[in-house]
Amino acid sequence: MEKTKSKDWYLSSFKAIQESLNGSASLTTNGKSATPFHDIRKQAIARFEKIDFPTTKNEDWKYTNIAPILNYNFTPVAGAEVSAADIEKFLIPNLKTSLIVLLNGNFSPKLSKIHLESNGVRIESFRNLLRIEPDFILEHFAKYAQLENGFVAFNTAFADDGAVIYVPDNTIIDNCIHILNVITAEAENILSQPRNLIVAGRNSKIKIIEGYHSISENVSLTNVVNEIIIGESAEVELYRIQNENLNSFHINRTQAEQKKGSVFTHYSVSLGGRIMRNDTNTVLDDENCTANLYGLYLTEDSQHIDNHTLIDHAKPHCQSNELYKGVLNDNSRGVFNGKVFVRKDAQKTNAYQSNKAILLSNEALVDTKPQLEIYADDVKCSHGAAIGQLDEDALFYLRTRGIGKEEARTVLIRAFANDIFETIENEALHDYLNNLVFAKLK
Amino acid sequence: MLKIKDLFVSVEEKEILKGINLEVNTGEVHAIMGPNGSGKSTLANVIAGRDGYDITKGEIIYEGHNLLEMDPEERAREGVFLAFQYPVEIPGVSNAVFLKTALNEIRKHRGEEELDAVQFLKYMKEKMKLVGIPDSLINRPVNQGFSGGEKKRNEIFQLQVLQPRLAVLDETDSGLDIDALKIVSNGVNSFRDKNNAVIVVTHYQRLLNYIIPDFVHVLVDGRIVKSGGKGLALELEEKGYDWVTNNEAVTA
Repeated sequence: MEKTKSKDWYLSSFKAIQESLNGSASLTTNGKSATPFHDIRKQAIARFEKIDFPTTKNEDWKYTNIAPILNYNFTPVAGAEVSAADIEKFLIPNLKTSLIVLLNGNFSPKLSKIHLESNGVRIESFRNLLRIEPDFILEHFAKYAQLENGFVAFNTAFADDGAVIYVPDNTIIDNCIHILNVITAEAENILSQPRNLIVAGRNSKIKIIEGYHSISENVSLTNVVNEIIIGESAEVELYRIQNENLNSFHINRTQAEQKKGSVFTHYSVSLGGRIMRNDTNTVLDDENCTANLYGLYLTEDSQHIDNHTLIDHAKPHCQSNELYKGVLNDNSRGVFNGKVFVRKDAQKTNAYQSNKAILLSNEALVDTKPQLEIYADDVKCSHGAAIGQLDEDALFYLRTRGIGKEEARTVLIRAFANDIFETIENEALHDYLNNLVFAKLK
Repeated sequence: MLKIKDLFVSVEEKEILKGINLEVNTGEVHAIMGPNGSGKSTLANVIAGRDGYDITKGEIIYEGHNLLEMDPEERAREGVFLAFQYPVEIPGVSNAVFLKTALNEIRKHRGEEELDAVQFLKYMKEKMKLVGIPDSLINRPVNQGFSGGEKKRNEIFQLQVLQPRLAVLDETDSGLDIDALKIVSNGVNSFRDKNNAVIVVTHYQRLLNYIIPDFVHVLVDGRIVKSGGKGLALELEEKGYDWVTNNEAVTA
């Protein structure tokens, strides 16, 4: 039988499951045809129907052909059976965390270990909160991540579960919050669409790790949307670690909204996935905000990684630092597109961007495109891109000291990559990331 | 220990070395002097095994092995060391980790036990004192942000840690003030013994006041045009390189 066209497949599955979706289900039985939440989903599916998944004709997807993703009909899987031992290897050694486990995008109460350190903190399942406190979700849901591409619309239409983190004003969370996403071995072609919402109150501080892993080598699609609201003078650190298997597809949209004097620091580490696409966007919506976007990708075989970032300097006296690094082997391909908008209002903006990549084979390829649009006149903006091979002089230097060629190459690649983590103060996290890189390079 | 026989070397079709003959025995220090562009650094790099040099004729025998057939790391493990004219900065690799890796590779090759972190630290501390390397430089990435003098001192520190058999110093004196020159020379002199050998490549005689050579060779336009004892360096300093080049013209 011929495969159903992806768009039609998902449209029909929307029809089939929309009645059963949590949040809406209980209310639809009351005779109301829709809740406000379900209205948003319906708008999203209508939008999806209209725009479909992006193609390379779309400027923002020019270098990333998602056609291979459309060769499969992905299906959500609920109620996966996974033991604590199965996910043990995905935990971060020596790091105290509050653990939220999402299996195929669904919250697992059994595996999650949540510690609420102080009053008013919420670390919850999206589905659960939607049931008990829909107004909280509605206040933020789909307010920040616009439906400008089919994947965001797709996620929004099917939004059902994920993690919600809320930190009240003046609250500092000491433990990292680890949102551990696992694709289980239950079925082939699993679809996971976590929808995460992070709200950091005024003067609050949180560190969040978002890990993505798969148990089997099966093909899967993860399509995640994060909306992050960072209150006045709050600090949010977000570490995204994509380490799913090499047959998986991973699409991410992270949208942050920064209030006055806030700091958003984001580390994106992309290791596993056949096609990976990250859209990391932040709006510096008031004065004295800082955005730090760091990214590292290591690719092999025919992996494809596309990092799109958008830093929107909407107000004056803000700064952004951006550094993305890649190491590409075999036939793999990388794309970096760094947009920086400096609005007319945003005088005294400081924006720094750098993209560096090492190509380990003649077949590997990187497309890099800094895109600065500056409408203010008193700003400091810089960007640079450097794509090249390993430094031959450094290689020779190491070899003249007795270090073998392969070892010397590894030393240099590790040094290049781990440089991204230099600013991470938490030792356990720093070591964990270094070791991930080491394991991938072996 | 080292025999260079009728060595011709070209870089991108341009002949740089035009028939070098040189024999270095254990316990000896040889100085190779010459004006800029005479081929001194080429000779040093060819001994260390850098890519990009075409050996069109001749051979280098080191301890009975054909040196030119060995990879740079094999040469290093067999005891050949080059102190670089321009030491390379290696961001992200700490000096200490780098040296421990290097030393243990060499020890493994010699059939000796590898040093663990504690043993290495103790060993390194002794050598640091000898060359006046402060702790701050040890934990920094290799050569990164080092001053010119610090880089050169770091080369000699590596010489001390790795204890090669044949050390080739390529313009180690360039960019050093007199105090640094003394420190570096002390490092080299305390390394010297009857079982190893040193080749000092330099433009100026100055360094040879501190590292006293047994032999001095003058390299001009890819050929050794004059060899002699340590007195030759002084004579060169006084009369300039023109003196040997003219001299050569007369005898030719």
